[in-house]
Amino acid sequence: MPELLSIRNLKIEATSYPPGEPPKRVTIVDGVSLDLEKGKVLGLIGESGAGKSTIGLSALAYGRGGAEITGGEVLLDGQNILAMGKGGIRKVRGARVCYVAQSAAAAFNPAHKLGDQVIEASVRHGLMTREKARERALYLFRVLGLPNPEGFGDRFPHQVSGGQLQRAMTAMALCSNPELIVFDEPTTALDVTTQIDVLAAIKHAIEETHTAALYITHDLAVVAQISDDIMVLRHGKTVEYGTARQIIEEPRQDYTRALVNVRQTGKEEAQDQSGTLLKVENITAGYPNGFKVLHDVSLHLPKGQTLAVVGESGSGKSTLARVITGLLPPLSGTVTFDGKPMSAALSGRSRDDLRRIQLIYQMADTAMNPRQTVRDIIGRPLTFYYGLRGAAKTARVKELLEQIEMASGFVDRYPAELSGGQKQRVAIARALAAKPELILCDEPTSALDPLVAEGILKLLMRLQEESQLSYVFITHDIAIVRAIADSVAVMHRGKLVRFGQKRTVLSPPFDDYTDLLLKSVPEMEIGWLERVLATRRMESAGN
Amino acid sequence: MTMTSEPSGLPARKFRERYPLLALILQRLGLSAVLLLAVSVLIFAGVEALPGDFATTYLGQSATPQAVENIRSQLGLDRPVTTRYFEWLGNALQGDFGTSWASRNSVSEQIGNRLGNSLFLAFFAALVSVPLAIALGMVSVHFRNRVPDKVINVISLAAISLPEFFIGYLLILFFAVNLGIATFPATVFEGMSFVDRLKAIALPAATLVLVVLAHMMRMTRAAILSVMSSAYMETAELKGLGAFRAIVKHAAPNAIAPIVNVVALNLAYLVVGVVVVEVVFVYPGMGQYMVDAVTVRDMPVVQACGLIFAAFYILLNMLADIIAIVANPRLRHPR
Repeated sequence: MPELLSIRNLKIEATSYPPGEPPKRVTIVDGVSLDLEKGKVLGLIGESGAGKSTIGLSALAYGRGGAEITGGEVLLDGQNILAMGKGGIRKVRGARVCYVAQSAAAAFNPAHKLGDQVIEASVRHGLMTREKARERALYLFRVLGLPNPEGFGDRFPHQVSGGQLQRAMTAMALCSNPELIVFDEPTTALDVTTQIDVLAAIKHAIEETHTAALYITHDLAVVAQISDDIMVLRHGKTVEYGTARQIIEEPRQDYTRALVNVRQTGKEEAQDQSGTLLKVENITAGYPNGFKVLHDVSLHLPKGQTLAVVGESGSGKSTLARVITGLLPPLSGTVTFDGKPMSAALSGRSRDDLRRIQLIYQMADTAMNPRQTVRDIIGRPLTFYYGLRGAAKTARVKELLEQIEMASGFVDRYPAELSGGQKQRVAIARALAAKPELILCDEPTSALDPLVAEGILKLLMRLQEESQLSYVFITHDIAIVRAIADSVAVMHRGKLVRFGQKRTVLSPPFDDYTDLLLKSVPEMEIGWLERVLATRRMESAGN
Repeated sequence: MTMTSEPSGLPARKFRERYPLLALILQRLGLSAVLLLAVSVLIFAGVEALPGDFATTYLGQSATPQAVENIRSQLGLDRPVTTRYFEWLGNALQGDFGTSWASRNSVSEQIGNRLGNSLFLAFFAALVSVPLAIALGMVSVHFRNRVPDKVINVISLAAISLPEFFIGYLLILFFAVNLGIATFPATVFEGMSFVDRLKAIALPAATLVLVVLAHMMRMTRAAILSVMSSAYMETAELKGLGAFRAIVKHAAPNAIAPIVNVVALNLAYLVVGVVVVEVVFVYPGMGQYMVDAVTVRDMPVVQACGLIFAAFYILLNMLADIIAIVANPRLRHPR
């Protein structure tokens, strides 16, 4: 049977402009070949820079940001689309092959209604009349489980939620009845509780319309739920290519094994509840416009332990961190640190109070001045808190670099010359430089690839053992909670729904929200999605 | 306002939530009014603070203390500043800017004539420069970093770098003196035919076009380029849309706000900043009127011109603000 999509020896190159050096050609994808039958789903998986999005876009003969397809063939139904010329390629895009982007929020035009954008390609390509296209959009909105499908098309992108936008983007891709859809990390930006719905909707829609798909993600557990075949990529080359079952259950390569086994570590929780370091009592906080984000939150953290705060976006977890640091004075409630009440506002805290609590952010990129070297970034708290300058400062910076497992040669590098994981390590060193007792970690690993994230978590655990550091670790990832926490706080819509020792919080009986949260985390297991959906249906039938 | 019809709660807040667009527009109108009032104070205070006064300038060498005192009391300058300010403001609001000290004519009447001339010139300069700038901006986006883009950039930069009086004299030299196809000086008078008027303003209008073109062109280019690099433009391309449809349908609506802003700024400049050009071309507009008034310390005229210029500036920028607000779908269609 002829393949629908057949990629042969694909080579993609781009010109990179490293700071201070002459431009050079880099190979992004090197000698990748794959085959996809009609109606099947192939998962492309790998860390960032593996070339998976680039391969996906090559199915539309598109090179993003200066990437050029310099070798190989992309055969769609036996025809090489790379040799089609501009007009021919335009007829393929949006008609025969469609694309679903990672961030639907950015990929929809804010100036037009969703319905008009969904049907645009079908109408412009002359595939159907406007009326027919509207009917089909309505049908797809229903299949994808969007609320109020009749009125959905009249809404603007900013009027619907992120999960709904991602489904609308899928509807846009399906509208023209394409033979192939490229899904580029369609659920990565969503909360787990939303992700499972979108995943189910996509899977259902693919089955319903018999469309083939390339599904790109860095999360093996997600791709296992939706793909027939999986290709593992690294540094632009194929590591392993096989059926989903073979990759998950009998991985042949070390790299694949590492991906499959990532985050299966667990940590025994500490039992010692004496020596409370941080105590948060009855905090209610909000913003000047009167919108309350936190309602009566109370929790505490013993010295040398980790408190994980979990919840989806908008649950108030980052606001809690801002209240603890003093960046956002609460409307009521108190923060006690090491037995001493802390001033609600930043201005009321002494320099030593500030030193004892440090922060690590989610985006190390934006938390660092791009015009400062690693020496300046880590050295700033050394000068500010300890008055270190010159050679003494540099020596201490090198010591800190050693602590975070980076070579001393990095002192003169700029953030742009560091990888994502290295940047986060530098951010950790900056926090350590103050010799704090408590570090607030605001999703420090969620922007990183799984294996890199694991390295950061191990580093944080080692530092805790060595110097009795305490962490408040904000995350939306239950696997991380299992791996590092001693106690857990579950937050939902600004309220604390569950708090206690890890074992108690993560064991039944559950409240409804924690139950939903735990059940929504994809597991590295074929058929997990069907099982969860089946239980859900049974539960709703039972009600 | 409809605020009072709200049944309960915080009426202002509810109004704002219900009609965010209307609330924002009303807010802009209110702010503009406050701004204009502040400017009127500044102008009045500035004129007060000027060294020398009309009486000494008018009387020249023969100024005796008694004569100066006579003229001052004749013009009412011996009364307190605040009284004079409120009197002036009250009359100005009714369109009466007082009497010129130098010519004893009504300032409003004279300005009416001059303002008409200035607006005539500004209108035709705008009519040419705005579409030309936007079109050139789009062309240079289409050919970005290629030869046409660079040529447009260099020429427009050269035009903006040369002082306007220099451009004006260059144009006079080439078109009026050497080629003899243009009129100079650009004097217009009552009863002149429309075509003759157009001929008269050809050179000053061309000068103005050259001065404002580059700014608008470059901002249009930057605005469209920043929109072009957004994810939804990639979506448009991956839908297989043609370049033209992508730009018109997907880029343009999102580039309106910044473009309107720079256009408004330049339109304001066309009205307000013509002083030099009018003097160079001896064109009887507001700018020249104001310059003449300043040299003889004719304060009512200076104040009136200042206030009218300020009003135009504020009005055009307010309009740009309002258009940008209306063009924003988030404000037009609240959640």
